Amino acid sequence: MSAHDKFLWLMGGIGVLLATASLVGWILARRISSESARAVIDNLNARVRAWWIMVAVFAFAFLVGRAATLVLFALVSFFALREFLSLTPTRSGDHRAMSVAFFILIPAQYALIGTGWYGLFSIFIPVYAFLLLPTLSALAEDTEHFLERTAKIQWGVMVTIYCISHVPALLMLDIPGYAGQNALLLFYMLLVVQISDVLQYVFGKLFGRTKIAPVVSPSKTVEGFVGGAFGATLIGAALWWITPFTWLQAAGMAFIAVLMGFLGGLVLSAVKRSLGAKDWGSMIKGHGGMMDRMDSVSFAAPVFFHLTRYFFTV
Amino acid sequence: MADDTRWLPKLLVFSVRALVGAAPRWIGSAPSATQRIYFANHSSHIDTVALWSALPDEVRARTRPVAAADYWHKDAARRYIVTKGLNAVFIDRSRAQRDVDPLQPLADALARGDSLILFPEGTRRTESLPGPFKSGLFHLAQRFPNVELVPVYLENLHRCLPKGTLFPVPLICTVRFGAALGRIGDESREAFLERARSAVVALA
Repeated sequence: MSAHDKFLWLMGGIGVLLATASLVGWILARRISSESARAVIDNLNARVRAWWIMVAVFAFAFLVGRAATLVLFALVSFFALREFLSLTPTRSGDHRAMSVAFFILIPAQYALIGTGWYGLFSIFIPVYAFLLLPTLSALAEDTEHFLERTAKIQWGVMVTIYCISHVPALLMLDIPGYAGQNALLLFYMLLVVQISDVLQYVFGKLFGRTKIAPVVSPSKTVEGFVGGAFGATLIGAALWWITPFTWLQAAGMAFIAVLMGFLGGLVLSAVKRSLGAKDWGSMIKGHGGMMDRMDSVSFAAPVFFHLTRYFFTV
Repeated sequence: MADDTRWLPKLLVFSVRALVGAAPRWIGSAPSATQRIYFANHSSHIDTVALWSALPDEVRARTRPVAAADYWHKDAARRYIVTKGLNAVFIDRSRAQRDVDPLQPLADALARGDSLILFPEGTRRTESLPGPFKSGLFHLAQRFPNVELVPVYLENLHRCLPKGTLFPVPLICTVRFGAALGRIGDESREAFLERARSAVVALA
């Protein structure tokens, strides 16, 4: 099967899945009578509608090509960083550092993927941005909470630019026997992580009893995690034919992506709460902000990328 | 406004929405074509366009920002943007001609039925909360007792483009509209201005 045929099958599958979800949501909305159930179902339907749009946007970018995919993820980083820094208390002395993060670091990081310069891509933000950003803030001569401020900005830049950029970085990898199909691997990783989030939400709502971390994230339960992780790993294994992996390897990679995604959701929920917010933003209806959707991806992407690079590239 | 420059206001609104969101939050009042003076805290050059973008299209078409003549008339580019793009009303802060009432252009616009966007502090501040208000709002309120006075708080804009900086930081900003100020018969100027300022602060 050609990469194009695989893509069509994949999109067809997702289309059927979303159509089913829309139908179920529509039926539930007609049957429900109580006020509290109505809120849950309305949110569910808003989420499904947002999924249609997100899938359409990603599919369009993949079809247009590599440059469009890079621009799309640069925008995802832009909106995610905007949410992160909007919630972060900064002072006027941080203005220049923040301007640089938005208008220089984001384009530079994605341009490095475009040129395929892996060496600089992997150290640009952890080394050079790490040294440059506090320098800019220090030159503004404001020492009030200096370490906290620079640490928060660096953290936001790491998660929203560096980590998220590892999703399209999969396009850089030279995998034997898989030339021209890297976009499928990218789609695979996003799909596994997002399906895991969805299944954890569904299993949690249906069977959730034992809270894992009630203070950090009250919606995360043992039952939800086990059900979601198992389901998403199974789906990941079943989709081995769009990846360079065997079905067993695909199960392993999917499980690691799911696990990292869970940890990402947990950690970023703690960050969000320490900043005093419930949602990162409001740009994706039903879901919250961009970071509410990308939190798990930001942790899964770098690990998925490196494991693929170590074990499956020449 | 001439047809050939219709793209400019659209471009301004689009850019501000893409950069800082400028989503409206109607807390105490609803969007309406009623003639109003919107008065807000002032901390950045984006303030005017942000508040203007937060209004519905048909309301925006009849709402004119008040701009300082000394600043916006400095060069051709600024003058073009503010007249063609925002359809601004100019106020002379310098009061070079002492016998002319600086509020007259504003009063003329109100008499024509336009709504206004006013920053009663008269200048940008580095803090998020507004400083003391100048008396212009009081005089306009007295001359036009039927125009609604709507307080507006611009959140986060002092972080986006603070005074003295050249490049914006695109943080999410919201525009909060409060309830129109009630009119009190023979309220003193000071009391009125402090009440108006508190109405903006209350939205913060």
